[in-house]
Amino acid sequence: MAQEHSSKQYDLDLEALRSRVLEMGGLVESQILAAVNGLAAGDNRVLEQVITDDHRVNAMEVSIDTDCSHLIARRQPTAGDLRMVLAVIKIVTDLERVGDEAAKIARLGKQGHALARTPLAAVKHMGGIGIGMLRKALDALARLDTVAAAAIIREDVEIDEEFRAIVRQLITFMMEDPRTISQAIDILWIAKAIERIGDHSKNMAEQVIYVVKGTDVRHISVEQVEREALG
Amino acid sequence: MTELTQVTNPKLTVHDLDFYYGKYHAIKKVSMEIQANKVTAFIGPSGCGKSTLLRTFNRLYELYPGQHAEGEIRLDGVNILAKEQDITLLRAKVGMVFQKPTPFPMSIYDNIAFGIKLYENLSRGEMDERVEWALSKAALWKEVKDKLNQSGASLSGGQQQRLCIARGIAIKPEVLLLDEPCSALDPISTSRIEELVNELKTDYTVLIVTHNMQQAARVSDFTAYMYLGELIEFGATDNIFIKPKRKETEDYITGRFG
Repeated sequence: MAQEHSSKQYDLDLEALRSRVLEMGGLVESQILAAVNGLAAGDNRVLEQVITDDHRVNAMEVSIDTDCSHLIARRQPTAGDLRMVLAVIKIVTDLERVGDEAAKIARLGKQGHALARTPLAAVKHMGGIGIGMLRKALDALARLDTVAAAAIIREDVEIDEEFRAIVRQLITFMMEDPRTISQAIDILWIAKAIERIGDHSKNMAEQVIYVVKGTDVRHISVEQVEREALG
Repeated sequence: MTELTQVTNPKLTVHDLDFYYGKYHAIKKVSMEIQANKVTAFIGPSGCGKSTLLRTFNRLYELYPGQHAEGEIRLDGVNILAKEQDITLLRAKVGMVFQKPTPFPMSIYDNIAFGIKLYENLSRGEMDERVEWALSKAALWKEVKDKLNQSGASLSGGQQQRLCIARGIAIKPEVLLLDEPCSALDPISTSRIEELVNELKTDYTVLIVTHNMQQAARVSDFTAYMYLGELIEFGATDNIFIKPKRKETEDYITGRFG
C-alpha cells in the first residue's frame, strides 16, 4: 500500500485510523503492564488507577468503530483498504477485551490476599509473555509484518502451556493446604486473564495476515497459518 | 452463499483477440470466457478498450470503415468473427444498450415493435403480448401502459433507458451488452436498472461496461479489469474487490490510480 490514493483525504483518513488503533494498543499495553506490576508489588494505588482508566480504553473502542463506519459510508473501501478497515473493527474489539482483562487482574490483585510467592512468580512470568505478545501483535500491525504475526500465533501455544503448568501447581497447593483455596482461585483467575490476553493477541495477529495476504487464517492449524504467512 | 469463483459454463469464449482502429492497436491479445446467465462487468480507465471489446461481441464496429478485429470470439462454440457469420442474425442474438438513451423517434409501442418486425412475423395480438412482456421485464410496463402511443422521447432519462433495454430484450437475444447504461441517470433510475440487470441474468448472459466501480461490485458476478487494451485481471467479483491478484487491479479499484 505504498502508492497514494488519488484522494489525499482518503489517505489521511486511513492513516489516521491505523495510528489511532496503535494509540489504543499503547494505552492497553500500559494498562496490562501496570496491572501485572501492581499485582507483583502489591501496590493498590496502581491497581486502582488501572480500574479507573479502563473507561478510556472503552471510549477509544467506540470512537474508532465510529471512524470505521464513517470511512465505509464515505469511501466504500475495496481490496486492501477494505481488509484494513475490517481488521481494525475486529482488532479494537480484541484490544478492548485486553483492557477488560487488565481491569480484572487489578480488581483481583486489590483484594489483598498475601499471595503465595511461588505461584505469583509464575503468574508474573506469564504476564511478561502476555505483554510481549500484545506488543509484538501491535508491531506486526504497524509494520504489516506477516512473519512476525505468524510467530505470535505460535507463541500462543506456549502461553497456553504456561497456564496449564500454573493450574497444576495451584492444584498441589490446594491439596496440601485447603486454607489456600481461596487465594489459589484468585491466582487462577489472574492466570486465566493473562492467558486470554495471549488469545486476543493471536486474534490480532491473524487479522494482520488477513490484511496483507487476504486469507482468513482463523481456526486453522499453526502450520497452515505459517504456510499462508510465509508463502 | 455459494458463488462461482471461476467460469464453468462459457457462453462466449474470446481467444487471442486483437482490435485495430486503422493502425491503432486498441485491444491486445485478449483471451477470456464469459459465463452463461451471469453478469460480467468490464472496468478500467477511459480508453482502456472496454467499450471497444464490448462492440466486438456484436460486430458493431463493422459500421465504421478501417476498424477490424483479429482472433476468435465463440458464441456457443461458433466463431462470430468468421466471414460467413450472418451479422443480422448475430445482432438478434446479441443485443446492445448504449450509454445515452436512444429511443427511436416514434411511439413507445413502436420503439419495442420495430426491432421485432425485423426478425419475426407476429400477429397484432402476439405483438401486443410481446411488447407488454418486454416492457414488464424492463420494469417499465406499469409506468407506460396507459401511454403506449406517446413518443418515446416524452419519457424521463431513466425511463428512456429502460425503454431501450426493453427494446433490446424484445427480440429475445441470448446475450445483452450494456455500455455504461447508467452514466446519464439519477441514483433512483440507476438502482432500478441495476435491479433489472440482476433479474435479466436468469434469462440472458449480461455484459456491462461501467465507469462506476461500485456499480460493477454491486451488479456483477465476474469482473474484468482492462488497461491500455490489455486484460489485466479477470475473476469472480468477490475476489477482485476483496483480494485482487494483480497490484495494478488493486491500485485501480482502491483509487490509487494516477
